[in-house]
Amino acid sequence: MSQQADTKGWTREEMAQRLAQDIPNGSYVNLGIGIPELVARFVPQGRMFIYHTENGLLGMGPSPEEGDGDPELINAGKRHVTANPGAAYFHHADSFAMIRGGHLDLSVLGAMQVSQHGDLANWSTGKPDAIPAVGGAMDLVAGVKQVFVITQHCTKSGEPKLVESCSYPLTGRGIVNRIYSDLAVIDVTPEGFRVVELCPGVDFQSVQERTGAPLLPAEQ
Amino acid sequence: MIDKRVVSAAEAVADIADGSSIMIGGFGEAGSPIELIHALIDQGASDLTVISNNTGSGQVGLAALLKERRVSKVICSFPKTLNSTVFPELYREGFTELELVPQGTLAERIRAGGAGVPAFYTPTAVGTPLGEGKESREFDGREYLLEYGLTADYTLIKGLVADIHGNVLYNKTARNFAPIMASAADVTIVQATTVVEPGVIDPETVVTPGIFVDRVLEVAEPAHESELIAAGECYP
Repeated sequence: MSQQADTKGWTREEMAQRLAQDIPNGSYVNLGIGIPELVARFVPQGRMFIYHTENGLLGMGPSPEEGDGDPELINAGKRHVTANPGAAYFHHADSFAMIRGGHLDLSVLGAMQVSQHGDLANWSTGKPDAIPAVGGAMDLVAGVKQVFVITQHCTKSGEPKLVESCSYPLTGRGIVNRIYSDLAVIDVTPEGFRVVELCPGVDFQSVQERTGAPLLPAEQ
Repeated sequence: MIDKRVVSAAEAVADIADGSSIMIGGFGEAGSPIELIHALIDQGASDLTVISNNTGSGQVGLAALLKERRVSKVICSFPKTLNSTVFPELYREGFTELELVPQGTLAERIRAGGAGVPAFYTPTAVGTPLGEGKESREFDGREYLLEYGLTADYTLIKGLVADIHGNVLYNKTARNFAPIMASAADVTIVQATTVVEPGVIDPETVVTPGIFVDRVLEVAEPAHESELIAAGECYP
C-alpha cells in the first residue's frame, strides 16, 4: 500500500458526477447519507431525477438557505431539505412499499465492504461496544431495482473495501450491481469484479493491488 | 355527539400504567409529540416498552423519558442520532433492552398490527445478522423472512390539524410513522397544532381517519427538539 499516495484518483465530487452520468432520465432514486448525497449536485443536462427520502418524501429538493430550514421537512439524514414542485409526502408503510415493492429505480449507498459476489456491509462494525443502528439500508438493498455503491476504494488505513468476502456484518447478500470508487467504476458480475472504467491516470495493476479480490479487465 | 378532545396533556396520558407498550411517532424530531412525552414523564409510568424509529436527542422529549429510567425496552431501527447520548449509556449499562428492526420492517410490522395481520414475509434482512434464527420460506425461488405484526397499548403522535372526531392531517415529513401507529394501538392520543369542528377538514384530504384516534389534544405552539436543545433545556 506504499504507493497509495502516488495514485491520484477521482475526488468525491468527481465520483458523484461520474455516477450521475449513468442514471437514466426520469429515474426514481434514493440517495444514502454521505458521498451518495453529492450525486444530486451533478444531474446531467437535459435529465431529471426524482429523489425519494425514506422518511416520507418523493421530489426532495436541495437544502434550504441557512436559517430557512423547517424542522418538519427533513431527509433520512435528518438534515433540512426542500420539496420540489410535484413532490409528495407519505407515511412510512407507503415509503417502504415503494422501496420493497421494487418501485424505485436506483439506490445509491456508501459501503464499509463489498464482496466479489455483491454482498454489502455498511451498517455495523459488529464490535461488541457499538450501538447497532440499521435504519432503512437493509430494506433498500432488498427491494430497489439497482444498487450502486459509491465509496473510497480503500479505508483510511489503506485496507481494501472490495474483498472476496465481507468480514463485517452484512446489509444484504448479492445485491450490489456496480461500484464507483475514487479509482475505477467496477461491475459485480457472476464471474466477480469487472472493471468498467479506470480513473484517468490510474492503471489496472494499481487498482488490482488495492483490491482484495481478483479484478477482470474491461470488456473490449 | 362525539368529542374526543381532552383539556390537558396530563389528562391525555393519565391512565398509562406501568409496563405499558407505547408507540411514539417521529423520525428524528420531525413529528415527535414532545408535549405528550413530557406529560408522560410527569405522570410517572415506568417499565415501559417504547416503539419508535429513534431514541431521541439531547435531554428532552423521548431522550428525557429514557433518562428518567422509565423505559425498559425500545423497539427501533436507528438508536443513534446526533446528540444522542442517553440511550447508548442505558444500553451499555444493560438497563434498556434494544430490539433492532430494519426501518421498513418496523413500519410494516406496525401496519400489519393495525390491519389485523398477525405476520408476513419480507425479503429484508435475509442473510444478515438481523435475519438469523427467523423462520424463512421461499417464494418464486427467493428467500423471505417471517415477521410479526406489532401492536401497542398506546400511541402518541403529533398532527398539524385534527377535528374533534379524530381525523388528522400532518405537516410534511412529520407524518412518518404516525398514521400506521394510530391504527396499531388500543388507545391513540394525538396532539395537534389546531383542533377544529367536524366538516372543516375536507374528507378527500384526511390522512388518518378518526376511527383510529381516541383522544385529541390541542397544543397550539409545539416545541421542536432542536430548538429546546439549542436553548440548553433539559426535562424535567
